[in-house]
Formats: sequence, structure tokens, C-alpha cells
Amino acid sequence: MRLPPGVSSHDFSSALTQFANAVGKEWVFTSDDDVNTYRDSYSPFWHEPEEPIPSAAVAPDGVEQVQAVVKIANNFKIPLWIISTGKNLGYGGSAPLLGGSMVLDLKRMDRIIEVNEKNHYALVEPGVSYFDLYRYIQDKGLKVLIDPADPGWGSLIGNAVDRGGGRTPMRDHFDAHCGMEIVLPDGEVMRTGMGALPDSKTWQQYRYGFGPYVDGLFSQSSLGVVTKMGFWLFPQPEAYLTGSVTVMKRDDLIPLVAGLAYLMNSGIVLGTTSVANPLAFARRDPALAALYAKPGGASTEELEQYAQEKNLGFWSVELPFYGPAKVVAAQWEYAKEKFSTIPGVKFTEGTINRFPIKPDELPQFNSVAVGIPSLSVFGVGSARSEGHIWFSPIIPMTGEAILEAQKVFTDAYKELGMSMGPMFFLGPSSNYPRCFLVLFGFPIEHDIEKNRKNRENFKKIVQVAAEHGWGEYRTHTAFMETVAQTYSFNNHALLRFHETVKDAVDPNGILAPGKCGIWPKHMRKARA
Amino acid sequence: MKKARAVRAALVLLCSMSFAAAAFAGPDDAQIEKGHQVYNKWCFPCHGTGAGKPGTASLAARGQKPAVLEERTDLTPTVIKAFVRHGVLFMPTFRKTEISDADLDAIAAYLTRNNKP
Amino acid sequence: MRVPPGVSPRDFSDALKKFEETIGKEWVFTSDDDINTYRDSYSPFWHESEEPIPSAAVAPDSVEQVQQIVRIAGAHKIPLWTISTGKNLGYGGTAPLLGGSVVLDLKRMNRVIEVNDKNHYALVEPGVSYFDLYHYIHDRGLKVWIDPPDPGWGSLVGNALERGGGYTPMRDHFDCHCGMEVVLANGELVRTGMGALPNSKTWQQYKYGFGPYVDGIFSQSNLGVVTKMGFWLLPEPEAFLSGNVVVGKHDDLFALVEIFANLMNSGIVLATTTVISPLAYGPDPELAALRASGSTKDLEDYAARKKIGYWSVSLPFYGPADVVAAQWAYAKRKFSVIPEVRFEDRASYRFPLDDEQLAKIVNPVPFGVPSLQTFSIGGPRSQGHMWFSPIIPMTGEAVLEAQKVFDQVAKDLSLNGGSVGGFPVWNFFARAFVIIYFFPIEHDVEKNRKNREVFRRLIKTAAEHGWGEYRTHTAFMGDIMDAYSFNNHSLLRLHETMKDALDPNGILSPGKNGIWPKGMRKARA
Repeated sequence: MRLPPGVSSHDFSSALTQFANAVGKEWVFTSDDDVNTYRDSYSPFWHEPEEPIPSAAVAPDGVEQVQAVVKIANNFKIPLWIISTGKNLGYGGSAPLLGGSMVLDLKRMDRIIEVNEKNHYALVEPGVSYFDLYRYIQDKGLKVLIDPADPGWGSLIGNAVDRGGGRTPMRDHFDAHCGMEIVLPDGEVMRTGMGALPDSKTWQQYRYGFGPYVDGLFSQSSLGVVTKMGFWLFPQPEAYLTGSVTVMKRDDLIPLVAGLAYLMNSGIVLGTTSVANPLAFARRDPALAALYAKPGGASTEELEQYAQEKNLGFWSVELPFYGPAKVVAAQWEYAKEKFSTIPGVKFTEGTINRFPIKPDELPQFNSVAVGIPSLSVFGVGSARSEGHIWFSPIIPMTGEAILEAQKVFTDAYKELGMSMGPMFFLGPSSNYPRCFLVLFGFPIEHDIEKNRKNRENFKKIVQVAAEHGWGEYRTHTAFMETVAQTYSFNNHALLRFHETVKDAVDPNGILAPGKCGIWPKHMRKARA
Repeated sequence: MKKARAVRAALVLLCSMSFAAAAFAGPDDAQIEKGHQVYNKWCFPCHGTGAGKPGTASLAARGQKPAVLEERTDLTPTVIKAFVRHGVLFMPTFRKTEISDADLDAIAAYLTRNNKP
Repeated sequence: MRVPPGVSPRDFSDALKKFEETIGKEWVFTSDDDINTYRDSYSPFWHESEEPIPSAAVAPDSVEQVQQIVRIAGAHKIPLWTISTGKNLGYGGTAPLLGGSVVLDLKRMNRVIEVNDKNHYALVEPGVSYFDLYHYIHDRGLKVWIDPPDPGWGSLVGNALERGGGYTPMRDHFDCHCGMEVVLANGELVRTGMGALPNSKTWQQYKYGFGPYVDGIFSQSNLGVVTKMGFWLLPEPEAFLSGNVVVGKHDDLFALVEIFANLMNSGIVLATTTVISPLAYGPDPELAALRASGSTKDLEDYAARKKIGYWSVSLPFYGPADVVAAQWAYAKRKFSVIPEVRFEDRASYRFPLDDEQLAKIVNPVPFGVPSLQTFSIGGPRSQGHMWFSPIIPMTGEAVLEAQKVFDQVAKDLSLNGGSVGGFPVWNFFARAFVIIYFFPIEHDVEKNRKNREVFRRLIKTAAEHGWGEYRTHTAFMGDIMDAYSFNNHSLLRLHETMKDALDPNGILSPGKNGIWPKGMRKARA
């Protein structure tokens, strides 16, 4: 039997017995077969001893059981790694950061406590997936949209506390939450915001409550176990309209993005869109490949000419509008007027869809944009893909930043001997307001050498980004330390702040040790 | 290591399977119906028909016919369970808190309902 | 000389000397005359011994000076009460909660560090007022709006940290912030969000950074001194349009609020407004008599006769002219399900407004122009005011229930003011209403005592109905925090754990929002 670090086998056996008493024997998993289901299916450490494998897993089915589990873990100083559905596969899945941790699996807590269609919110437990909530709302015919993360089997709570993003106007999932219930490391249950007021009438309607607003502390964090969370939902709009804007010159990107930022920051475009480079999709065309293969690469003029000839455009964005049919039409008209200052700009009239929209009315990849969860994103690799992880820096919402990032990362890839080939790049996206998220997929393979090289490259790319003032919004467990170390202003003042809070709130360091680079006191390495 | 071996074994089994599944005590209709429900919840989003089904697309790209699991008659409970619990390629593992052993039996019953004895 | 609690006069003199060495003698205030300028101008304790008066005030002019002051205060265990501009007069002004605290006055730190009109944000110091930032933007002709709260002399940083609200689509000021710089109780300087990444390019563009998002714990808080803060600004919109919706029956309120909530939550109405009853106002003696004793039917008849409506809400729309017109048309279509609903076209503007247009607007705050117009509240003889401000659900049922419950308290305690619609509801924040109830402050000990008693009763009554306040005057912070007591005050106990860990000497704003340092904590019942 695998043991948690620093825990004797005698103590661990006693703890397992107590866990079994608390949650039922069948919900404490210790056999190799069962523990294997908690390993990271896309581990960058495949077949390597560094792979952090849990010692066991425990699956409570209620807040009281979570409290009991946490108290037992505290007594025996057993590290717990918390998962909701454990399906954020590009960022670590269900596996702990620290090998030997016990997985605290909240999947059985999958109750939808309330969906309110007058004030447009839901209160759910961590095991509830986007699929679950979607079906619940469909079955009851409620007129609210959910905002799914790309893979629909994810947990609303897990995704929001890891600060994931979606595509509709409620796309910033942490920002769209309202009210939490949390089991603290000492086993106490706490409610935040208006939930601190007994029998509150506005737990899901007003976020802050009174006094310090603590919710953010429990995101990307190891300070508590979130057992309930409220989410604001978007009232089902009348219509969804998309229209594309295409520009012909490289430098048209600057006004294109400035116009997009204006529309987004004004609340006219409220959904996720991506700045696409149609040329990137045409790389297989021999004519274009020949241009790129020229010594010194293709010149901007040549690429612009190619784009012109093929009627492709150099850059494009597809604008999503949600709202009353006549309002979205007026918004699109206004957007066209704004962008018409760019010479040669082309507009593609999109289709207008009226809600309720059925899953087969839109290409599956777009269905999440209208609140229908899907798994289509798992098609990102090839048919033989063995998994992927994401490198995901945040860059400013300017054309200049995109051009700079493109150059910096292309050069870095070249220097590291990586081609964009197996790696893939998803254009700057507005999953969060006022900035762009750029996603680079790193393939995972069952090949030790390739994974080692990829890990090294990943770490180098993180450094390259940091040198340019770009940081990651989230990362795989394998790189949390690397990313956390780049957020080092004033000798890691923020990290030291986190550590002070961690030591005070979780003195035994039992919750998610190492998560986002925050270690409990006894596991902390001396900083250089 | 163990996982990799099991997956490889299952994969070999799956790809070379033109033979009929071994006869077993047939599941009842209720279990098949339950299996259908569990399948719809857990498997359909990736392995169903229609656009945006990566599991179906992956099997199709690798020459599997039919690519939709529900249409197959060559799967065995052992193979189904191996894939669910161990994953394969980009399909991750599924835990007992997601698909219980009883639910997995039901999925197996559903996906083998048309197998020839 | 007044000394801080638990500090010897000699230690205090030593500390004052060190403060003077750090920031210059002229910025350490100890004379009675100077200290009086730090008292609460609208104190509910006028002429009473409980009034918390500071022992001194210090006014640093830079982050380094703030760090040094905090370190000196830590060494001498001197409580500091942090203010930015100290002008939130309805909630306590410049005065500390704990008498004898030294006011840490950040007004001199009034630099506008950056305003970006491509990505629409500002980075400012705590002493920057809405007036300051407005003038900065206006002078440079930048195409961005600020979102002022009612009084324009307030601090962007202070108002946001107290979680104040404004009127434009950026009205939730804390939610619109992006990135902080904070001096901790040990004097360390922390930057949050992307600011933790040296030379970050997105400190004001992405809120969260990496790891726990800590910003919230510095709001309504005593865990740090915020020395810089970023704010998202609204790009100057093309147009504004306002339309009034008037309904005639008492029970029309249910549909009115339900449709209103749908428009708000859909992002069609994104700004602050208020649902009112026109019957609550007006000097007509007949109406006053009906308010006092009339039936709903009588009031409905009166409203119909005078064509004033029983309830009304004015909807503000910001955006391109054609878009706001389509939004108002859609809103009318939605509200048309209410029988005999009436619609009135109200103000309509194209931006920018010229000076002549602006001069004609009594309250320009909803157009991003700061003002002090709100200080006319309470009449020309007013000696001040404070606010009772509970959050209630955005439903007609909740509005009526709150009205009834608070009216009863007013009646029980024979406070005048209770009346139909006398507790106006506002949507300063998304998805809920906040009642902003006016309490007069007078230089009359008996009246103030009575008002404090009523205030406390309202807090209790509200809590019994599941309503809590979003913010309060220093005099009632303890009472309100007590009401947020789920599971034996588990949230407060977490605050205390963090307070003890981050500020072990308890020097930052003791008692703020009910959070006391270990040594001053009372045993909980």
C-alpha cells in the first residue's frame, strides 16, 4: 500500500478505518485498480517515477461527511487533494500534485439545490457537471442559459474555483459565482457573502456580504473545500447573432483589435471571440508553404498578396451578439460602422438563431457558445492523440501585443526546436474581459523522452513569457511551482502572503499541498 | 505500467475482435434500459452520433466500423470495462464515483445487447 | 494630549517623533484644531463622550513613507485608522472606530499614474478623487468615462474598497477594479493579480493573476493599506436614453420587478435606477391622509385620478443610438403584458456633452460627471445624515415585505418617515436591490440616541428576515457583523484568524467591520 508522505502505515490504516466509518467502506478506495482511476490520464510523467500517484481516495456524500473526513485527515496529518469531477484533463485531471496525497473526490455530491428563473441563478454541489445542470434545466423547461466550459463533463464549481472560462456573457466563471459554502481545514463549515447571515434571502443575489470579501481566497487555492456554490445564469435571450469581420493587411490588426476592445469594454460584445489568422489554416496549401519555406521566410507583402488572391484575409474575428433580435441586429450594424474605417474590411453576415436553440442547430464546436455543453473539444488533437496540456498566458487586448507574442513565441519555438506541428495554437480569445487568453496545446504521449523534452520546453516557454510581462492564468499541476515562481514581485511578496494565510488557516497543511506553488510550512523549500 | 499493459491488452482485443462475444447469461430488459440511460449520460457525449463526438471521430479515423459504440456487436463486457476504468488514447479513466460497478455492468449489458450468442 | 489606547505618553511621543522624521513635521497633526478636522462631521455621537476622536493624524506622500509609518506603528503598537479622502460622510467620514487611533490620511497620495483610453482603465493612488480623475481625463480629451458615486470628492480607491456603487454600467466599484498594491501590517509591499509578475503587461487588464485571488480580503477590511488600485473605465458611449415605465395597480409591482430583473440580468439595462412609488412623495394633504390610513384601492384610485401611477421605474440605456432605441423598444414590448402600463420617453443625449448642455443637467453623475448635488439631501438646514442600507431580493414580493417590516419598526419606535414607498430600492449592484434609508444626524444628544436605537432595531429586524446590510457607519459595524453569524460566526472567526496572522500587533484599523485584533476581542456570547 502506498502511503501519504510522513504518515506511518499504522496511522494510515487507522485513518482509513475512520474514513470508512465516516463515509462507508465502499467509498474509500485503496486497491491499485481503484487508485489507478485517480491517476492523471494525460500525465506528462507517463511511465516515470515522478508521476504523483495518490495513496487512496475517499468520496463523501454530504457536507457533514466532508467535515468528518477533513477532521480525520487533520488528526493524522494526511494530505488531501480535492477534486470535483476531476475532468479538467488539460490541467491535471484527478491526480494530486503531491504523490501519496489522498484524493478527496466530491463527485457523489451532485445535487442541484436550486435553479431560479426569476432571478436567474443556480445553487449546486461540486459533483454537478455542466451536462447535469443543462439536463435539469431542459427537463424543467426553465428559461435560463448555463455557460459551459469547453468539456461539458466538468464541474461548475471545480471550473469556477480554478477560474476557467466559457463563451457566453457569463463566461468568466469565477466572476459569475455568488456565494460559497466551504469546509475549512479544521472541519468547520462556513458560508460566504450573504450566506453568513442565517436564513439569508440573497445568498445568490449579492456577492459581498459584509466585511472582507473572502471568496477569491478559495479559488486556485488550498484553503478550504467548497461544498456549495451559487452561479448567476443568463436569462435565455431572444436571439444569437454572429457576424465576421475580415481585414486584408497585417497591420490592420491594430485597428481591428482596438475596435473589438471598444465593443467589448462597452458591453456591446459580451461573449468570447478569437482573433483568427486565416493564413494559419491554409498552411497545407503548397503555394503558401513555398512562401514560408523561402530563405528568410515570407515577407508581409507576399503574405498579404496571397491572402488577397485567395480571398482569405489576413485577420478575422467573429463577433457574437446575445439579446433581443432587433437589438443584436442594431449592435452588428454599429460594429460594422466602427470597423468600416479600416480600408478593404469585409463583413460576413452571420446567421441569426432564435432561442431555444436545439443542440443540432449549430456545429457542435459552437454549441457551448449558446449554452449547450459538449465534448467536442476533445477532438483538438488527432485521432491518435494520447492527451494534451495547455500553456495559457494572458496578453493585453491590443494588436501590438498579438504581433509581439506571435513573434516571441514563434522565435522561442524555433530556438527550442519545436515546430508548431504537434503543438497547436488557438488564437487570442476573449474568455475574460479586457485581455486575451492564448492557448498553446502541448501533446502528451506515452513516451518518456518526448514528455521530458516537452516538460523542459514548457518551463522555458513560461520563462520567456514572464520576461515579456505575460503570466499564465492557470496551469497543470506539474508546472504550478514554475508558474508561481514567476509571480515574484518584491521578493515573492504575494506568495509569502499566501503562505502566511495558509499557515494560519491550515496549520497542519492537509489541504492540497503544493497547489499553485503554495506549500505548508513543513514542506516549504528555502527560497533562493 | 500496469495500466498501460491492461490498456494495450484491451486494445489488441478490440482491434482483432471479429469473433462473437462469449455466451453469458443474458441481461434482462430492465438492466439494458438502465444501461441505455447511463450510456446516454456518460458515453454518448463522446461516442454518440452527430458532429462533435471525438470518440466516434477517433474510432472512425482509425478505421473502426461501425465507429458508433451503440451500433457494434463485437464488444464484450471485459473490454468495455477495461476501457472505462483504464482509458485509452485521449479517453480518460472513469472512477467508481462517476460510473459505479453496477452502472458499468448496465452499460456493458446495453452495448452487448445485439451481440450474437 | 490624547494617547492611543494602551500606549504610554512617552512611547507615543517617541512614535510621533519618528513619524515626523519620516514624513516631515508638517504632516504629523497633533494639535486639537488639527485633530478636530479628522472628527466625523456627521457623528451620531455629537456632544457625547462615546465619540471616537483620534489622537493624531499622519499624512504620508509615498508608498515608502506608508511602509515606514506602518513599521513604526507596529513597533509601538499604535492603532492606525486608514482613510483615503475620508469623505464618505454617510458612513463615518474621517473618524476612527476606536477612539485614540492615529488617522493614516492618504489624501496627499493623489497621483493619477495612468489612464489608458485604448484598453479603458486607470491606475490611481488613494488620494485621487472622482473630481481629480474627471479633470485629468477631460483636460486630455480622453474618450473614457469614470463612474462617480454620489459625492464626487470621494476617493476611487476608498469608495471601491468600501464597496460603494455608482450609476453607469461600471457601477459596482469593487467589481470594476483590476489590480492592487498593498502595504501589509509588517510594512511589506504586495501587488495583487498580474501585478505580482514583475513588469507585467496586464496588471489592469486581467484581475486574478495566479493562485488565490486575494483582492477581496482588502475590501471592508483592516488587513492592509491599499496604495494603488486599477479601475476599468467605460469607453465613452455614443448615446444615452431613458424611458419611464409607469403602472397603476399595487400588485403590478410583481410583474414590473420581474421584467426589470430580466432586463438587468440580460445586460440590456446595465446601470443604476430605482423603483419608486410616486405616491410616496408630494405634499398634497389628501395624499398624505391616504398614505396614513387609506386602503390600497383608495391609493390606486388617487394614482389613476392624478395620472401618477402606483409604481414606476426609469430605465437608463447606454450605447450606440440605434442600439439604445432598440433596447427601449424591446423593454416596452416586454412591459406591455402589464395592463394599462404607460411609457414616457425621458432624457436622450449624444456624447460628448458640451458645457452648455452639462450646465442644464441637475444631476450629471449618471453621465460620468462627478458632483456634490446629493448633499442637498435632507434640506438646507440638515446637519448631516447616515444610511441604513440592507440588501433585499430583486422581487416585488421582497420590496413589499421589506416596506411593511421596516414601516412597522418605524411605527413601533414612533419614528416619522415610514410611508408607502418610503424605503426606496436601488440596483447599485447586479441582481439584488439595496434599500438606501436616510437617517438624519443632529447636534441633539437625545435625538441621536433615539436614532441609534432605531438603527440597531432595524439591523436586528432585517436580520430576522434574512436581510443584511452591505455597508455601514463605523458606529454600527459591530452590530452588523454580529448579524452575519452563520455556524457560530464561522466567517468572522476566519477573519480573526487572518487578522491575527497578518497583523499580529493589531495596528490596522481595529474594530473595522467588527474585526478586532486578539487583544481587543470581546468574548462572544
